[in-house]
Amino acid sequence: MTEWRRPRHLREALELLGESPDRYRIVAGGTDVMVERHLHPENAPAGWLDISGLSELRGIARLETGELRVGAMTPLSAVREDAAVRESWPLLAASAAVTGAPAIQNRATLGGNICNASPAADNPPVLLAYGAEIEIASAGGVRRIPYSAFHAGYRRTVLGQGEMVTGLWLKPVPRGSRQYFRKVGTRAAQAITKVGLAAVVPFGPDGTVRGARFGFSSVAETPCLARTTAAALEGRSPLAVPSGEIGALLEQDIAPISDLRSTGAYRRQVAARLVREALQAGHFQ
Amino acid sequence: MRSGERDFSRNPLRLDGMDKILGRTPYLDDLHLRDPDLLFAATVRTTLPGGVLEGIDFGGGTDWSDMTVVTARDIPGTNAVRLLENDQPVLVEREFRHAGEAAVLLAHPDRRRLRKALLQVRLAERPAGVPVFTIEAALQGQAETIPGNTYTEYRLEKSGPRQETGHPDTVIAVEVETPSQEQLYIEPQGMVARLAPDGVVRVEGSMQCPYYVLDALVQCLGLPASRIQVVQTATGGGFGGKEDFPSVIACHAALLALRAGGRPVRLVLDRAEDLRVTPKRHPSRSRVRLAATPEGRLQSVAFDFDLDGGAYRTLSPVVLSRGVIHAPGPYRCPDVRVTGRAVFTSHPPFGAFRGFGAPQSIFAMEVAMDRLASRLEMDPAEFRRKNLLCPGDTGPTGDIAGEDTHARKALDVALERSGYARRRTEHEAWNRAGGPTRRGIGLATFCHGAGFTGNGETHLASRVTLAATAEGKVELLVSNTEIGQGAATTLVQVAAEALGIPMDLVVFGPVDTARVPNSGPTVASRTCMVVGKLLEKAARRFLEQLPPAGGKGNAPGRPDFQEACRKLHALGGAGEVTETYAAPPGPAWDEKTFQGRAYASYAWAAYVAEVEVDLVTFETRILHFTAVQEIGHAVNPQIALGQIEGGIVQGIGWALLENVVWNGSGVMANDRLATYIIPTSADIDGIDVILLEEGQGAGPRGAKGIGELPMDGPAPAIANAVRHALGVDVDRLPLTPEYLHARLAEQQEVHSWLSK
Amino acid sequence: MAVEMTINGLPCRSTADPACRLLDVLREEFGLPGTKEGCGEGECGACAVLVDGQLANSCLVPVGQLEGAAVTTIEGIPANSPVAQAFLACGATQCGICTPGMVMATVALLQDNPRCTREDVRRGLSGNLCRCTGYARIYEAVLQAAGDLPHD
Repeated sequence: MTEWRRPRHLREALELLGESPDRYRIVAGGTDVMVERHLHPENAPAGWLDISGLSELRGIARLETGELRVGAMTPLSAVREDAAVRESWPLLAASAAVTGAPAIQNRATLGGNICNASPAADNPPVLLAYGAEIEIASAGGVRRIPYSAFHAGYRRTVLGQGEMVTGLWLKPVPRGSRQYFRKVGTRAAQAITKVGLAAVVPFGPDGTVRGARFGFSSVAETPCLARTTAAALEGRSPLAVPSGEIGALLEQDIAPISDLRSTGAYRRQVAARLVREALQAGHFQ
Repeated sequence: MRSGERDFSRNPLRLDGMDKILGRTPYLDDLHLRDPDLLFAATVRTTLPGGVLEGIDFGGGTDWSDMTVVTARDIPGTNAVRLLENDQPVLVEREFRHAGEAAVLLAHPDRRRLRKALLQVRLAERPAGVPVFTIEAALQGQAETIPGNTYTEYRLEKSGPRQETGHPDTVIAVEVETPSQEQLYIEPQGMVARLAPDGVVRVEGSMQCPYYVLDALVQCLGLPASRIQVVQTATGGGFGGKEDFPSVIACHAALLALRAGGRPVRLVLDRAEDLRVTPKRHPSRSRVRLAATPEGRLQSVAFDFDLDGGAYRTLSPVVLSRGVIHAPGPYRCPDVRVTGRAVFTSHPPFGAFRGFGAPQSIFAMEVAMDRLASRLEMDPAEFRRKNLLCPGDTGPTGDIAGEDTHARKALDVALERSGYARRRTEHEAWNRAGGPTRRGIGLATFCHGAGFTGNGETHLASRVTLAATAEGKVELLVSNTEIGQGAATTLVQVAAEALGIPMDLVVFGPVDTARVPNSGPTVASRTCMVVGKLLEKAARRFLEQLPPAGGKGNAPGRPDFQEACRKLHALGGAGEVTETYAAPPGPAWDEKTFQGRAYASYAWAAYVAEVEVDLVTFETRILHFTAVQEIGHAVNPQIALGQIEGGIVQGIGWALLENVVWNGSGVMANDRLATYIIPTSADIDGIDVILLEEGQGAGPRGAKGIGELPMDGPAPAIANAVRHALGVDVDRLPLTPEYLHARLAEQQEVHSWLSK
Repeated sequence: MAVEMTINGLPCRSTADPACRLLDVLREEFGLPGTKEGCGEGECGACAVLVDGQLANSCLVPVGQLEGAAVTTIEGIPANSPVAQAFLACGATQCGICTPGMVMATVALLQDNPRCTREDVRRGLSGNLCRCTGYARIYEAVLQAAGDLPHD
């Protein structure tokens, strides 16, 4: 029988992880790890660390600072329905609502979606666009880093031994920002993303772009920010940027490949079109 | 019988409905869950796309002493899957032709041990020859596995007087390709086999054609049919996918069971294995050349139709024949030449999937018809209307179109119902406005012949039996299977109606070859039409045989009928009525020239698709879909609607989403439901289905077969709508965003090159 | 380690490996085969059940997570329930293998959104693949069960 640990308190979980970091695979909502277990049962770990009993990691709270903390174990259905999220960080509600289908959203967690570290995951682009911070805990303490520094390579993160993600922090979005999210998937629902873009485009008083952030999925080996593109747009009017220029800029930011779901050429082209759409007409899809 | 006792309402509820809704219907996977004797089974398969198996290494890391192992040497009968030709081995002995062929079978009571053992076995495979993966490569013939790499070649030729106009014809030539398509029944394939104490090998499982399975077991096991029993379990979808392959799994499970001393062996494919090794729709290539007079009268159809048959012959010749016959469409044309070839490739064999070759050739023809209409500067609907067959016309196979030729009516109703002309204008205005999407409307007119092709039904000579039961009911004994299409309800309805009794006095017997006669396979849209008609005839004779009981006249009341049945039952076998198929009058079918009567009935249809293409992402959305079909008579309109709607959505999937991607060994690479994409509810909105019932088909009360029909129309209607929306010709399926993106880019390159 | 939960209201104690899928526990340990396996990876929804009232794919739920949970399977849905009756009346089942999951998804949808629209239905059932029906009869059934369509 497999070792199954289901601590009730975070401290207990972190101690277990600290004592034997290689022993356990963490299971939260299970919607990714159970697929892996089914497809490759021979790769099953020695033990499972089930964090679904850690109520400290569940829930969404808006602090007095205006920041939002989403516990890593919060299911995507709760993210999708949360009033504060819908009001102030609508892109996150939108991405949660298109992660799998309802049965997946009821189990899958925001933290799990990030830690699974798939470049096609639906919520990372939004967290990148919002400039989120990620809260990481170990038996030694808690640290907060920009989420944009979390992904270290294809399906790799900067999580160290004995560490786990405990929460996500979102800052208020500047007033008057255009917000955009669009998932281009293999079909209308229950789809894996071929290209996804979340964009937050703040404007200065003169109507020019100030500090835009473009978070992409499925166009690089990790979820990624289009930094070069954003920098080049700084201080310009969104309508003054020709689409050819966006495509050229994105070449510095993304490296799409061809796979079972799509082609590199398509992803490259559509990524540029999504940026243009985000600049011209923010909307959710 | 008093009218109050009649139960002929046209939409009786599905008899199997509530059990399925509540999860009480046992499928194969639900049986034997706690049988302590049960062995689980797994298959070791080749990995190279053709070669020689030089040895099998069982590996030392596992205990083989209690593992049941079967190889080709353990086959007591003939090592060939019984179908049209004995070219496919049940288990690889030495030569093999594709990756994924079964070479070693394993069974063990512990699934974990089984899996471990499965990973231990190593096949020593030596490559032989150069694999071919496309029709083009096969026909270039660098590596001939069979002569000319061609299994079968068929020609359909019709020539008649052409219309002389004094003007040159307008001619177009089109080449299109269609991809494979996976049936994706939600219940994977599986069988349980055992040796019963009476020495009978009993095999049960998910299948469409119990007698195909029986014949395959007879040949493979070398046992007489009397020592084999095949039982169909509730079947979670088939769509053709469970026509031939269940024979393979049944042989494998039975070989293991015999090897294991008769213990029950359960061989159920997991989803990935099912996707990789079971037969799918044949990929096709069509080259169509059409000519018409300047006024738009079709003058000639020249059609080269090639199917990728995969590595063994299996059903390819029959698929090809249906594709060839349907290629020229429902049109009047004096000069028709179709050449069809089914070719060898190194893919796993392709097989039956709803439509059976017809969707492929109809797609090409309907795409070509729209291009010719454009060349003629005619509306596609008007062009079709001009050329649709009418009663009395001579069809492509030289047969005279009968009074039940309702092609024009189907088109007229579809145009009216969809508001075709108005919508076409509206979409063109929308596109001129230059927004972020383009809209289009497209049409397909087609027909589908039901039942086996040509003399197939005569050769089959199906038999059905009606038997009186001890409970005073009538039992239907047929080998046709309920696979979701509603046969267990509609056949009962047909029999009850013909017997003049309520449906609850008719029982759909278990489909068990020990009990039922061979009424043929559950394929080719034949069950309701052909088998239903036989039941109708049998019912008449049954009534004649019924001993007099109480009631007066020839319409006894319920108690009298039941009493009479009980009396008849007491007579034993003598009280059963068996009806055998007899060919209807009419011109015979000439298999050499493809001339004559190809099918007992054609159903006629016109589909209209409206689409919207997003110019940011090139995604295509169905705005509206109208499907009109003349089906003779709907035995159960609700079930008929469900069949049509379901078939249309499979067609939409084939048109827009479904794409079998091959790996380097010619095996399906996207072998998961996360990567093989079928429509979800979010992809499908309303489908407006109109059934026209003219009552002149060959089935009960004039019904025509409809199972395959709805697969034919969606892809061409959608492709024509996309062409209308974007103004680009399309030449393959599926119309993925990636394909449309590339196609538009090509077209823009051509345009800018031309304008230089 | 044993897991105590209720299944269709009855207390149950599973002694299966905690990493074992709820799907297998239901079918093999508790003899409830109405929950079907279509893909094993959460794509088809044939194995859908309710866990604490929420729709879940039982192929993705390790039983070790279910201490104290209330699980409802298709065996817990009575024949006279509006959903089952509507599915029957509307012809929403064909081969039937996806139907138990589809019924569970409908129960969950109507519980959260009793006055659902056709759009809600299309979104709510989007994790349940049906290859037979083309979904039209199913939409009709769900809307009928929701009371949006007149009962005839």
